[in-house]
Amino acid sequence: MISRQTFRVEQSELVARAAGLLESGHRLALVAPHDDGDVVRVVYVFTSLTADRRIELEVLCDASAPAVPSLSSLSFPASRFEREMHDLFGVVPEGHTFLRPLAVHQHWPQAWHPMRRDAGPMPPVRTDTEPFPFIEVAGSGVYEIPVGPVHAGLIEPGHFRFSVAGETIIKMTARLWYLHRGMELLFQGRSAAGGVELAERLSGDTAVGHGLAYSLAVEEACGLPVSDDVSRLRAVLLEMERLYNHVADIGALCNDIGFGLVQARALIIRETLLRLNEEITGHRLLRGAVWPGGGAVLRLPAPDELVRIEEAIEGVVDLAMSNSVVVDRFEGTATLGAEEAVDIGTLGVVARASGSRVDARAIHPFVDLGTSFETITETTGDVMARFNVRVREARISMRILRELVQNDNLGDRRRVEVGDGGSGVGIVEGWRGTIVHRVEVANGDSISRCKVADPSFFNWPALAVSLADTIVPDFPLANKSFNLSYAGNDL
Amino acid sequence: MGAADTSITAMGVVASLLQVAAIVIGGPLLLGLMAKVRARVEGRVGAPIHQPLLDLRKQMRKERIHAEHSSAVLIVVPFVFVSTAAVAGAIAPLVTTRPALATSADILVIVYLLLAGSVALALAGLDAGTAFGGMGSSRAMTIGALAEPALLLAVVAMSIQSGTSNVPAIVADTLNHPGWSASPQRLLSLGALIIVVVAETGRIPVDNPSTHLELTMIHEAMTLEYAGPELGLVSLGESMRLGLLLALTVNLFIPWGVAEQTGGLAIPLGLAVLIAKVAMLGVLISLFEVRSAKLRLFQVPELLAGAFVLAMLAIVAGLVTT
Repeated sequence: MISRQTFRVEQSELVARAAGLLESGHRLALVAPHDDGDVVRVVYVFTSLTADRRIELEVLCDASAPAVPSLSSLSFPASRFEREMHDLFGVVPEGHTFLRPLAVHQHWPQAWHPMRRDAGPMPPVRTDTEPFPFIEVAGSGVYEIPVGPVHAGLIEPGHFRFSVAGETIIKMTARLWYLHRGMELLFQGRSAAGGVELAERLSGDTAVGHGLAYSLAVEEACGLPVSDDVSRLRAVLLEMERLYNHVADIGALCNDIGFGLVQARALIIRETLLRLNEEITGHRLLRGAVWPGGGAVLRLPAPDELVRIEEAIEGVVDLAMSNSVVVDRFEGTATLGAEEAVDIGTLGVVARASGSRVDARAIHPFVDLGTSFETITETTGDVMARFNVRVREARISMRILRELVQNDNLGDRRRVEVGDGGSGVGIVEGWRGTIVHRVEVANGDSISRCKVADPSFFNWPALAVSLADTIVPDFPLANKSFNLSYAGNDL
Repeated sequence: MGAADTSITAMGVVASLLQVAAIVIGGPLLLGLMAKVRARVEGRVGAPIHQPLLDLRKQMRKERIHAEHSSAVLIVVPFVFVSTAAVAGAIAPLVTTRPALATSADILVIVYLLLAGSVALALAGLDAGTAFGGMGSSRAMTIGALAEPALLLAVVAMSIQSGTSNVPAIVADTLNHPGWSASPQRLLSLGALIIVVVAETGRIPVDNPSTHLELTMIHEAMTLEYAGPELGLVSLGESMRLGLLLALTVNLFIPWGVAEQTGGLAIPLGLAVLIAKVAMLGVLISLFEVRSAKLRLFQVPELLAGAFVLAMLAIVAGLVTT
């Protein structure tokens, strides 16, 4: 059984306890405020970086003037969770080092917090607001380039503000949350079983990652058993998702430097994978195959199908790497140092490219992947490292799939009854990185709260840091090498 | 011989008009052909070769919209851009060595006509006051300033050989001295010229004409504020320049087929040969582009420095051998 401990701590103890956990090899995985009526309960989920250990600190504060001590000086992710909490719940993190709005934009009605029970309908938006206070870089020859939020091509919305001298980026600020849909509020009141459909749509390219993290959380909350066969199927689906996304990224990275041939071939492989997905699950993006308490597929990928796809991927990688211009463009571009990666709290491909061994498949496994799995890391932290992590992970995914498809169990289509439950945490290594969901199930099979932490929430600040000494025309390449989700971040 | 004949003949005027028509129609078709080659190599069917002409027709029919705060510069530039290319196309030895005003077709005249167009477009990029336009103009002028010396040296190397800087005369001389095409100075200046043409026309590996990523753009960034008929004109100008530069390059090195007389079947034959030669060069460039990626912006000066060195060596080779 998963080891999760919850400690109710006094406000005065919080900072010391959190500091102790952070120093003893834990990271802050998620901060989830809950409006319980008279009190606001804030839950801090810490997870070990080496073992499958989850420790929760729970702090109560008065709902009429909610405030908690800030952890912003201990942990950078904490400072961002607290800003989000301040925007959406009105909980004041006392002593915060940089308490500016994060999730809400300037025109948002002041002192209206949509996640509070007594929020009521949204007041009219403000028209008398100041523009977003971008930090201005002064000096001769420094100019600003505003980009977005509407971009050319099929890209999610986000605004980037570059301060540039010549072609060198001095500072880049990303303004996100144009895609905030109130997803966490939409979970509330849904049936625990029905919530998975919402989870699959949190970020369209991560249907399995989010659907599975949600399902694992509900299973823990309600004590639902899951057979090993179903867990293995889920691992198959998770790796299929990783594969089609990594292949698309390999092509897209080359396309951004004008090497369209690789992109064209990678897109053919991606399409092959999407069609295979449809045959396996009935949905090209793998929706509807995982739910709380179960999971099923129509068929499994055949070993020879996998071999053909793997050969095609190797061909594309060889084509890209045989071009010296590609290597030159990738190497040394947008470097994220190992220390920076850890300090910012990066996850997934980005973290591993900078040498951090964070992979929930190793730390929080929901199924034993055996010897076919290993955590991939690179050391240089540049675009090349992130490219290589994707290539090597695609190979590992293939190895895992070949191993797993030997078991020909197709799962169970029957939906289990979800009874009453408490709280649960689900952790999954999605293709971008570690996804954490924390759900609370109220009496009568309804979700009372679901807090989602997408890896993009942790990784976005790292993009800005990596751009130091990068030139403007390399930004699209750097951005693509991170390939973060706007939808998953903005929720 | 050369183009010593200074009189403007009726046939010369007809030939010039034909040359302009050839680059107006042939330029877009050349772009379409190059896009088709890329599509086929990438495993796609691709748009029909005449797609750029259809795009032009579409743009010409749209309403005229101008960016807020823009001045008359934005409106005038497309005409300057197209007309400079047209004039250069009229006097350059494309179909024949004897177009009207052939005596005016000094290499410097042609180079600076095209440069005038480039500068005009850079001004248009600045006109609306947007960040992307200014960024594109700055990059285009940087590359232009580096490409120009290489271009001038390359043509000087050729004019040393024939003793004149008149382009039709150089082409005609080359026809009379077939060995010149294989001479060291010609081959070296061919290398320099091709690099400059690629840079000036915004092709891979210097620029990527098909990208949608504004921050990586050079040439396209200057034209982002254009829409409708004006965008059509700028696109037409770009394809005319591509057609003109490729035609000129190919004629300087493989002049055979260029009409030395303007009577009879010489002109239609010259046109047919020109189309075949330029199409082949276009296909070759496209095949190279598909296999290569775009250089880091800061490496482009090194590429152009390479072109400069090639042109310099061409001059040295020319002085040594003559």
